Amino acid sequence: MKRIESILWAALGGLAVLIVWQAAAAQSAVLPTPWKVVRGFAELARKGVLVDYTFASLWRVARGYLLAVALALPAGAALGYYAGARRNMDLLIQILRPISPLAWMPMAVVWFGVGDAAPIFLIFLGAFFPILLWTAEGVRTVPRAFLLAGRNFCGSHSAVVRRVLIPAAFPKILIGLRAALGIAWLVVVAAEMIAVNSGLGYLIIDSRNAGQRYDLVIAGMLLIGAIGLILDGALQRAEKLKFFAWGFRHDANV
Amino acid sequence: MSTAPALPGIDAHPKLSVRGLYLSFDDGGKPRPILDGVDLTVEAGEFVCLVGPSGCGKSTLLHVLGGFLQPTSGSVEIDGEEVRGPDPRRIFVFQESAVFPWLTVEGNIGFGLTHLPGRERAERIAHYIDLVGLGGFERAFPHQLSGGMKQRLEVARALAVNPDVLYMDEPFASLDYITRMEMRRELLRIWQRERKTILLVTHDIDEAVQLGDRVLVLSARPARIRQTLEIPMPHPRDAGAPETIRLRSRILDEIGVAKNI
Amino acid sequence: MRRLKPLLPLALLVALWQLAAGRFIPTPTAVAHALGGLLASGALIKHIVASVFRITWGFLLASLVAIPCGMALALHRRWRLTVNPLLALLRPLSPLAWTPLAVLWFGVGDSPAIFLIFIACAPTLALIAMAAVRSIKPAYVNAGRNFGLSNVQLLRRVIFPAAAPQILAGMRTTLAVAWSVLISGEMLSVNSGLGFLIMDARNAGNRFDLVFAGMLAIGAVGFGIDAAMRLMERTEMMRWAQLR
Repeated sequence: MKRIESILWAALGGLAVLIVWQAAAAQSAVLPTPWKVVRGFAELARKGVLVDYTFASLWRVARGYLLAVALALPAGAALGYYAGARRNMDLLIQILRPISPLAWMPMAVVWFGVGDAAPIFLIFLGAFFPILLWTAEGVRTVPRAFLLAGRNFCGSHSAVVRRVLIPAAFPKILIGLRAALGIAWLVVVAAEMIAVNSGLGYLIIDSRNAGQRYDLVIAGMLLIGAIGLILDGALQRAEKLKFFAWGFRHDANV
Repeated sequence: MSTAPALPGIDAHPKLSVRGLYLSFDDGGKPRPILDGVDLTVEAGEFVCLVGPSGCGKSTLLHVLGGFLQPTSGSVEIDGEEVRGPDPRRIFVFQESAVFPWLTVEGNIGFGLTHLPGRERAERIAHYIDLVGLGGFERAFPHQLSGGMKQRLEVARALAVNPDVLYMDEPFASLDYITRMEMRRELLRIWQRERKTILLVTHDIDEAVQLGDRVLVLSARPARIRQTLEIPMPHPRDAGAPETIRLRSRILDEIGVAKNI
Repeated sequence: MRRLKPLLPLALLVALWQLAAGRFIPTPTAVAHALGGLLASGALIKHIVASVFRITWGFLLASLVAIPCGMALALHRRWRLTVNPLLALLRPLSPLAWTPLAVLWFGVGDSPAIFLIFIACAPTLALIAMAAVRSIKPAYVNAGRNFGLSNVQLLRRVIFPAAAPQILAGMRTTLAVAWSVLISGEMLSVNSGLGFLIMDARNAGNRFDLVFAGMLAIGAVGFGIDAAMRLMERTEMMRWAQLR
C-alpha cells in the first residue's frame, strides 16, 4: 500500500517534469522535446556508441578507482593507527588535498598524452584523498575497549587487525568509498570533455560541437545521471547490510 | 511534612481524569493493542508513580497523557478540559535528555519564557537556576555539564513556565546510583515547595516507593492498571524501614518478579 | 626538533620534485618565480577574484534555494515522495555534463559558471537538509511543541538549530566539490578565473611554471574556503553535534 503510494507520487513528479520540459521545448528553437531525446537514444544505440562509450567511461573509472582503493586503504589505516604518522603527514595532506583533481588536467595531458592514462590519473587523484581520510578517521576512532577486548580474545596482532580493527572501522571507510566513487564519476566526465575522444563526457561535448545536437547532449546527460545513480546505489546498499548497519545508526557513537 | 492533601474543593474536577483509554498501533494490517482500557484520576498536587514490567507501555501512556499521541478511544481531561495536544501548562520531561544542545543553560531555561519582558524573564531564569543548584553554569552549554546537571536543567526548564502538571518519563534512568538518589531528594524538595501535580514513570520500584503518594502498577502489554497502592508515609522516607520493604515486595509480587534470587 | 618533523615529508616532496624536474616539470624555484610574477602583475589576484566571485554567488544561490526546500521536503511527506526521486536522479548527474546546456542558456561570462556551481550544489544541499531535519531527535521537537510553539516558531527555534550542524557539515563537503567543478568549468567556457589560468598557460606556449603556480593558488584558495567553513563549525552553537 505504502509502496504503491510512493510510486504514484514519484510518477506524478516525473510527469510534471516532462510536461514542463515539453512546454519549454515548444517555446525554444534549440531545446529538444523529450521525444526527440528518446529518438536520440535510439540513434546512439544504433550507431553502437551508447554501449561503447558507457563501457569506456566505466572502464576508466574502474581502473583509477581501484588503484586509489589499493593505495589509500593501507595508507589511511597506517595514518589512523599511528598517531605519530598522523602528526607528521598532516601538513603534507593539508597542502595537497585542496588542489582539485581537475586542476591537474593540463599537466596530466602533457604527461600522459591523449589516451586513457590521463583520465585514470585524475580519477585516482580525486578518489585517493576521501578514501585515505575516512579510513584514517575510521581506524582512529575505533573505541579502545574494542581493541582491548580483541587483544583479550585474539592473541596475535594481525588477528586483532583483521577481526576487530577492520570491521569496526568499516562503516566509516564505506563513507569514504562512496564519496570517492561520486567524485570519480564527476572527474571522468570532466576529463573526457577535455582530454580524450571517447566516453560519455566526450559524447556530450562532441554532440554539441559537431552540429549542435542537443538531443544527443541530453541523452548523454541522462545516461551519466543514471549510471551515477546505479554506482551510488550499489555502495548505499552495502551500507544497509546487517553487518555494517550498526555504524550508521544514530546511537552508535560509543 | 505529610503527604499531599487534596486541595480544598474550589474545583469540582480532579486535576487529571482518564477514562477508558485504549490505544493500538497498526502492525502490518492487524492492530496491536498497547493500552487496554486505562482509567485513572489524579488530584491536584498529588505525586503519582507508574511502574510496570519493561516494554509494558507505561511510557506510551505518558505520551498520550501529554498530548503527543492520540488515543484510539477514551479521553484525557485536565481540569475538566479535554487534552488535544501538547500544552505549556503541562510539561513533559523526556527519558532521553531533551535539553537543547545548541542553547546555554540560561537559553534552555528561558526557552518557554519568550513572552515575558526581558527583566522578568531574567529574574525567572535566575530563580530556577538557583532552585536546581546550577549557579555558576549560566553560560555553559549542555555538553559541558554532567548527566545529573543536565537532568536538573531539564527539570528547571519545565518548572520555569510554571506548569501545573509535570510528566516525567524515567527522568533519572541514565544517572548513576548516587546521583539518582540526590535527584530524588531534589525533586521531592521542589515538589514540596511548588506543589505541582507530578506523574512519574519509572522502572525503579524503590524510586516509586520513595517518591509517590500513590503507586500505580501496570500489567504487561497491553497495559492496564493492575493495582493501586496508597503510600501514606511522610517524607523523608527511610528506604530500609519495614513498611517500605513490605510495599516493595507487594509491588514485586504484583509485577510477578521473584524476590528471592 | 619535534616541531620540525611535520616539515620533513614536505621537504622530501620538494626534493623529489626538484630531482624529477625536466622538460615537462618545472623546478620548484621556477614555479616560485612564476607565482611571484603573477602576484606582481596583479593577474593572480584578478583570476582569484573571478573564481571566488562565481563560487560565492553559485553557492549562495544554491544554499538559499535548496536548504529551505530540503527542510520543507522533510516535513511534507507527499512533496517528499514526489520530489525525492527527481533529486536522487539529478544528484549523481556529474555537474559538468551540464556545460553544453549552461553555455546554450547563459552564453559566455560569469552566468554559465554560476549556473554550473548552482546545479552542482543544489540537489546535494537539498538532500542534506532533508536528511538533517529527518534525523532530529524526536524529543527535541516534542519538547518544542510542549512549550506551545507555533509551527513557524518550531521551525526557527528548534528544527533549524537542531539541523544546523549537520547541514553545515554537508555544506562544507559540497563546497569542496563545487570548487573542483568550477575549476574545470573555467577550463571550458570562460576567459578568466584560476581554471582558465592553468589551461591557458598550457595552451599558450606550454608555460608549465605558470600551470604549477596556478595549481598552488587553486589549492590555497580551496584550503581557505574549507578553513572558513570549519571556523563556522567550531562556534559554540554548532559544537554540540561533534561532542555529543
